[in-house]
Amino acid sequence: MKLKGKVHKYGANVDTDAIIPARYLNVSEPEELAQHCMEDIDSEFLAKVEPGDIIVAETNFGCGSSREHAPLAIKVAGISCVIARSFARIFFRNAINIGLPLLECGEAVDSTEAGDILEVDLTTGAIRNSTRDKTFTAEPYPDFMMGIMGAGGLVEYTKGKLAGGL
Amino acid sequence: MTLAEKILAAHSGKDEVSPGEFINVRVDLVLANDITAPLAIREFQRLGVSKVYDSKKIVMVPDHFCPNKDILSAEQAKMMREFARQQDLVYFEVGRMGIEHVLLPEQGLVLPGEVVIGADSHTCTYGALGAFATGMGSTDIAVAMATGEIWMKVPPTIKFVYRGKLGKWVGGKDLILCTIGDIGVDGALYSVMEFVGEAIDSLPVDGRFTMANMAIEAGAKAGIFRVDSETQKYVKARAKHPYKVYQLDNDAEYARTIEYDVSKIESQVAFPHLPSNVKPISQVVDIKIDQVVIGSCTNGRLNDLRIAAKVLKGRQVNPELRCIIIPGTQQVYLEALREGLIETFIESGAAVSTPTCGPCLGGYMGVLAAGERCVSTTNRNFVGRMGSPQSEVYLTNPAVAAASAVLGRIASPEEIV
Ligand code: SF4
Repeated sequence: MKLKGKVHKYGANVDTDAIIPARYLNVSEPEELAQHCMEDIDSEFLAKVEPGDIIVAETNFGCGSSREHAPLAIKVAGISCVIARSFARIFFRNAINIGLPLLECGEAVDSTEAGDILEVDLTTGAIRNSTRDKTFTAEPYPDFMMGIMGAGGLVEYTKGKLAGGL
Repeated sequence: MTLAEKILAAHSGKDEVSPGEFINVRVDLVLANDITAPLAIREFQRLGVSKVYDSKKIVMVPDHFCPNKDILSAEQAKMMREFARQQDLVYFEVGRMGIEHVLLPEQGLVLPGEVVIGADSHTCTYGALGAFATGMGSTDIAVAMATGEIWMKVPPTIKFVYRGKLGKWVGGKDLILCTIGDIGVDGALYSVMEFVGEAIDSLPVDGRFTMANMAIEAGAKAGIFRVDSETQKYVKARAKHPYKVYQLDNDAEYARTIEYDVSKIESQVAFPHLPSNVKPISQVVDIKIDQVVIGSCTNGRLNDLRIAAKVLKGRQVNPELRCIIIPGTQQVYLEALREGLIETFIESGAAVSTPTCGPCLGGYMGVLAAGERCVSTTNRNFVGRMGSPQSEVYLTNPAVAAASAVLGRIASPEEIV
C-alpha cells in the first residue's frame, strides 16, 4: 500500500492530551474528535491538514492515556500515517488495531522538515522524501502485526479467527 | 523467568516465555470506564458476538466524568450502564463507585498473579499486588470482552532497587517521580518495571499503588512488586476468589538494574509539562499557586488523606487559593470521615468531593483558567491536562500538596509541621 502526503512535524513526547484534549472526551464520534485534533500544540493543524498528509515526530509519540480517541482523531483528520523515532506502547497498539499505519524511522525524522512531500510504501517500509530526493527504510512490522493490519484491524482479524472456530 | 514472565507464561499455557515473543494471554479481568467503554462497546458489537466471555470478569466503572458533568457525558455513561446491565457485568453505580484503580483492589477484584487489562493507561496500578496489569485501547478491550484473550508481546523487565530508609515526608510518589526524572518519560518504554529493595519492603501497600500507577509515565507496559506479607495482609481481607502467588526464578534475566539510595531522595516536584521534569523540594523557590488538588488514582487512598490531614490539622488553607480534596472511593471517604480527616479538611477551608477523576484530566470539579497554577497529587502535567493550555500543573506527594495549600506557594511540610 502506497501513501503520499505533505509533512506536519512535531517534537518529542507528543502526548494524548495534545492529540485530543480530555475536555472533548464527552463524545466518542470520530468526526467530532477530529475537530479538536492537535489543538493545544498546533492551533493551525486543522486548517493546514489535507487528506493523505503525514505526521513526522521525534521520540515517544502518543504517550499518556490509553484513549483510542487519539489515533482515531488523527486518522479521521485525514492523516495517512505517522512516522516517528519511537512510539508510546498503548498508542502503537491502538493505531495498529484501528488501521492507522505507524512507522519507526529515526533517519527519516532527521532529514524531513514540515511541508516536505513524503512517499511511503507500507509493504516494504520504504520512505521517500521527494522534496529532498532522499530514501529511507523503516523497521518492517513483525509478521504477527502484518496479520492484523492485513485483515484491516483487530476486529476484522478476530472475526476471522472466531469464524475459523479459533 | 522474572515475575512478569512467570505470570504471562502461566496465562498463555507455556512453560516458558521470553522477551520479544508474541503470545496469546488469557485474562482474569477486563476493565473499562465511562470514556473508553463507549468505543469498546461499539467495537464489541462490530465483532458480531452477542455475549461477553464471562460477565463476572468484566468491570465497568463510571468515574471520569461521573456524577455526570454535562449532557454529553451523561449519554456516554448511560450507554455504558445499559450495556453493563444487559450483559450482567460487574458495575459500580454513582454512590458505590470510586476511581477505578483505587476501587478494584479495594473490592478484592484484582489479586496477585492475575493478568488484568483495562481501557485506561493507569491499569498498571494493580502491579502493586503482584499482578500483571496493563492498559490498552478500546478495541483490545472489545476483543478481550468477546474472547477472554488478548495478544501481547512479552516485555523485558527492568529491575529498580531502592536501598536505605525513607525520609519523614518522602513516600512512593517521590520514589517514582525521582525514578521517572532519572530515566525519562520513555525510559522504560515497552518494559516492565519491577520495584524491589528494603525501602520497598517497608513501603505501605498504598505507596506501592502510587508507584505502580506511574509506571506508564515512564512508558512502561507494567509495574510490578513481589508479593510479601504486606500484600498478603491487604488481599486476604478482600479477595473475592482464590489466587496464586508466582515466584520468580533465582536466575531471572533483567534488561537492566538501576539502584537508588532513598535516604538521599527528598520530596519531589514535577514541573510543567512532563512528569520527568522533577526537582527536589529544596530547590523549589517561591512558586505561587492558585489551586491544590489532593486525590486521583495516584494519591487518593486513605494513607494519602491521613498524610494531608496531618499537615492541614489546625491550619488554614491560604485565602489566595482553592484546595480540593477527593477521596478515591466511597470506602476511603467513609473511613476518612470516621477518622475525623474530613472534618479536618473542612475546618481548614478545603472543598471535599464525592469520588471522581474530575480535575485530574481537566474534566470538572477544579478546571484551571489560563495563567493558573495548580499543585496536584495526580500523575500527569501535560499541556492542558487540567484545563486551559495556558495553565500549569506541578505534581507532588500529598504532604507537599497540603503544605503548599497552607502557604500559598509550593512548599515542604517541614516549614510548618
Ligand atoms: S484519576 Fe486521573 S489518571 Fe487516574 S484514572 Fe482518573 S483520570 Fe486517569
